[in-house]
Amino acid sequence: MRRTRSGRPSRQLSAVDTRRICPPCRGNGAVSAAAPAPAPAPAPAARGRGEASGAQPGAARPGAAAHPLHDAAVYLHPVPVHGGQPRGAAASPEDGESPAEQRLQPAAGAGAGRWRWSRRGAGGRGRRRCLRSRRRVPAPGRPRSGRGQRPPARPSHPVPSRPVPSRCRDRCRTHTHTHTHTGPLGEVYSSGRTLRAAPGSWGVPGAGGAAPAPHGARPLPQPRPRPRRPVGCGSRGCARVGCRVGGVRGGGRGCRAKMAAVTALRSSCRTAGRLVCAHHVRSCSSIRFVKSKYVCVFDKSAFKFSHQQRLFRTSAVSCGQIVQFKLSDIGEGITEVTVKEWYIKEGDSVSQFDSICEVQSDKASVTITSRYDGIIRKLHYNLDEIAYVGKPLVDIEIDASKGVAPEEDVVETPAMSHEEHTHQEIKGHKTLATPAVRRLAMENNIKLSEVVGTGKDNRILKEDILNYLAKQTGAILPPSPKAEIIPPLPKSETVPAAPKDKARKIPVPVSRPIVFSGKDKTEPITGFHKAMVKTMNAALKIPHFGYCDEIDLTQLVQLREEMKPLAQIRGIKLSFMPFFIKAASLGLLQYPILNASLDESCQNVTYKASHNIGVAMDTEQGLIVPNVKNVQVCSVFEIASELNRLQALGSAGQLGTNDLTGGTFTLSNIGTIGGTYAKPVILPPEVAIGALGKIQILPRFNGKGEIFKAQIMNVSWSADHRIIDGATMARFSNLWKSYLENPASMLLDLK
Amino acid sequence: MVLQSSFKNCLQLSCILRTPKAGFRDAASGGLIIQSLSNDVYHNLAVEDWIHDHMNLENRQVLFLWRNSPAVVIGRHQNPWQECNLKLMRQKNIKLARRRSGGGTVYHDLGNINLTFFTTRKKYERMENLKLVVKALKALRPQLNIHVTDRYDILLDRQYKISGTAAKLGRTTAYHHCTLLCNADKFVLSDVLKSPYKGLKSNATPSVPASVKNLFEEDPSLTCEMLLDAIAEEYAMQHQIDHHITLINPTDETVLPGINHKSKELQTWEWIYGKTPKFSVSTCFNMVYKDSVLDVKVDMDVKHGRIEACNIDLPEQWLPPALCSELVKSLSGSKFCPTETTALSSTLLRMCPQDDELHSKWNLLCENMTMLM
Repeated sequence: MRRTRSGRPSRQLSAVDTRRICPPCRGNGAVSAAAPAPAPAPAPAARGRGEASGAQPGAARPGAAAHPLHDAAVYLHPVPVHGGQPRGAAASPEDGESPAEQRLQPAAGAGAGRWRWSRRGAGGRGRRRCLRSRRRVPAPGRPRSGRGQRPPARPSHPVPSRPVPSRCRDRCRTHTHTHTHTGPLGEVYSSGRTLRAAPGSWGVPGAGGAAPAPHGARPLPQPRPRPRRPVGCGSRGCARVGCRVGGVRGGGRGCRAKMAAVTALRSSCRTAGRLVCAHHVRSCSSIRFVKSKYVCVFDKSAFKFSHQQRLFRTSAVSCGQIVQFKLSDIGEGITEVTVKEWYIKEGDSVSQFDSICEVQSDKASVTITSRYDGIIRKLHYNLDEIAYVGKPLVDIEIDASKGVAPEEDVVETPAMSHEEHTHQEIKGHKTLATPAVRRLAMENNIKLSEVVGTGKDNRILKEDILNYLAKQTGAILPPSPKAEIIPPLPKSETVPAAPKDKARKIPVPVSRPIVFSGKDKTEPITGFHKAMVKTMNAALKIPHFGYCDEIDLTQLVQLREEMKPLAQIRGIKLSFMPFFIKAASLGLLQYPILNASLDESCQNVTYKASHNIGVAMDTEQGLIVPNVKNVQVCSVFEIASELNRLQALGSAGQLGTNDLTGGTFTLSNIGTIGGTYAKPVILPPEVAIGALGKIQILPRFNGKGEIFKAQIMNVSWSADHRIIDGATMARFSNLWKSYLENPASMLLDLK
Repeated sequence: MVLQSSFKNCLQLSCILRTPKAGFRDAASGGLIIQSLSNDVYHNLAVEDWIHDHMNLENRQVLFLWRNSPAVVIGRHQNPWQECNLKLMRQKNIKLARRRSGGGTVYHDLGNINLTFFTTRKKYERMENLKLVVKALKALRPQLNIHVTDRYDILLDRQYKISGTAAKLGRTTAYHHCTLLCNADKFVLSDVLKSPYKGLKSNATPSVPASVKNLFEEDPSLTCEMLLDAIAEEYAMQHQIDHHITLINPTDETVLPGINHKSKELQTWEWIYGKTPKFSVSTCFNMVYKDSVLDVKVDMDVKHGRIEACNIDLPEQWLPPALCSELVKSLSGSKFCPTETTALSSTLLRMCPQDDELHSKWNLLCENMTMLM
């Protein structure tokens, strides 16, 4: 398995390979051996495994993964296995199927170099590898072995500003496989078609040395038979499309469209490019690219090259195009689906991979994601309409600035100059990130300033956040194949991942402006809040009189401790509240004005016969105040059992209207949350309310002037001063206090 | 095409011949069987989400086995009021969950097992999975007469449904999950899956009721554990992996970072009820008040689970019109849920002059209103 094309045993993983182990996993205890250590230690292990397992794609998989899922996560990680390939600088933001990758396709179409996803026959597990057509620029003898010597073959690749190996790696990172692992034979997957590459027909692009050799020093490539072209689709871009579309099965359709576009383009019909899609922009630019690359190759001016590229892009970008985004194949032969939910509306801007809509077909719910960055111009279907596979779903106006941004990441990455740059620069600059990314960061409590952006202008990409997150948790990386932040690869293979680690661990030293990305949010007041608004607005009309006192509950605490087991036997949880409620009811018998209501015009006071004492409850839905009915005729135990019932219903959100209405007096036990004194607001049409603070153990003096440990609770009363004077309130409070401080006194008045 | 496929065969063959050992080894890493330690439907659905969102299934498939304590699980685009008896569920403390896959409503309890097959989107193949299940069952009890229908149900004796299917296709990954009735409480199942709500109009996906049977009834020696084991074994065999079930705890953030957030999200009102496709309620009910019967007509439009527009037709002067219109006004914008309606109506009652008659009339109306929710 692990062989190069020529049948040579595969390269063994070396020090550099350890870098493939994703950072989070490296952080893992299980894998720590493979960590930043200058590689020799991990290398043999990795090698051993690699050989034993027949070149697992996850050859970098740590020997003893802590958990199978973690194990899986390793597969998640981009595992570039070309030996010492240069790490292409600031990792481009593309993940597996990013525009950067797309761009390759048309380039390939132009015949400069060819990339194909290949699938290994055995097991059909979709290993992929890059193929390169033989239409490469002849370069001086390129040795096929010795990865240290392998040049990056830059000229043969469409994107000149990046050395081939890094590109190669980029692509492959998407797919957890390695170039080196491909067998001598392989079927080439191209948009659902099978190609066959003859043995030895293509090199292992990633296997080159860490640094691309100067162009001039490039060895001659060995002749490689060109892989058979994809037949049906014909487009050279197709290979990429097939891969991109993900469902190879369905790749053909989109492919053909693109192929058509490419063909049109090739037939030098400029206008063709205008109507189709970003791909075309990209293909266009890539083709140009290729040309400029040749230029570049010959005069060895990388700068010149990238400059050209930039210019080109600007021009390509300037035409905002409307693209019909078509519903791609769902699989299982399904041709029509029902649109169940739109996540976007006309005028919304979307990014690639954003969810566009949810469609359903035959018990399957399918999320359709955007392939483009841009603005939604038209939805082709209403909710619950039938959408057809292959027919337009939405029209997207390609966003000029966004649409090409990913390209730049690749294109403008200077091939080699990165090493020291990346992180330094990032730190000095303002944090760039899209709102979606900021939100993601916020949701995960990540400071953007601590994340190293890998996008254009060090823009922080979603992948960066996910990567950061993964590092923090030390667990599994999220799905993005690009999650790993790739530090520039040192030219020398002997330097392992040190720079990366350094960059990660050292906090940003340079102060940078704090970018606050939060947004104000306005939402309508509904439901519970609406109820609260209404109640409080009404309460505001009441002139409140406040009165506070502290109660020594030492005796009551003792009493309750004694009663608790008894109540428990009867299946009731006995709290202090039933005592407070009963004492209040006894007090209300003496001061009935506190259990009354005032009519709206303040002409009449109604003294309520029932003591329906409300208890404020904090539930998940919000504040509710159910009441215990007719407390004046209830025993403490009955009150306790009623309270238990209300609490159970309240937490289940099942209180009935009857439980919530008809209150005549309220106690709010805010002390269960905290605090001592409060300022309760009367709930109309009631006229008084009490708020109970927490019970604290405090030093107090007894009658003899000795300090003792007292259980102290504070109470705060509010009363409607229109009908209740302060003296009444104070007398009521004193009575209530006396009942509680000397619980036995309640006995005298209990009926 | 023929040429191509023969090429393909050739290639596969040669690869296998060349690296037979490697081939199997590769396969060994190509599959994973996990089982949840939790019986909480939200936790288990969150695991599905997590795997769907965070695992690269490019080179592997995952089988996830789980069981739940009593719960009703509705499809992504369904209307809970249309599918189940929410009132009864609240009483019996049966949870309601909305899953992310399509399909219809199912009842879960510990006598029902759930299987989730994760693959990449291109390898998504429900029929294969169901055939695997059938094969496993047949291996366990060859006399079972079971087969898969083209609706992706598994039928016992060609008439009783023992398994229902749903699937979710994401951008790159997909999963197919199915239930398998072993020893579920059929009485609760049929009670709970009957909607008492009338006058609902909705485009939500309706469930297709089917008569069900437990495998236990067919062969009392079968248990859920046996079925799980048999299926895991069959899966391991087909994917050439070790027959090893990995147990996971769906609340373990170290294994599944972000899982708790996912399960919390699945428990929010906004997800379970708020994701209901727009619907309307148009119904009448009778109220008996002091020996007279009143007809009340209620119309409501509900979008995202919230009442958008509301109209209540009451006999004139039965309630003060101001209060009634205030109720209608307050209800619009509030959740189509009994708790919130109750809280609102009791607040409104506070605002108006108190008298016992009004009080009882109001409560009667509000209780009837909440019966609709």
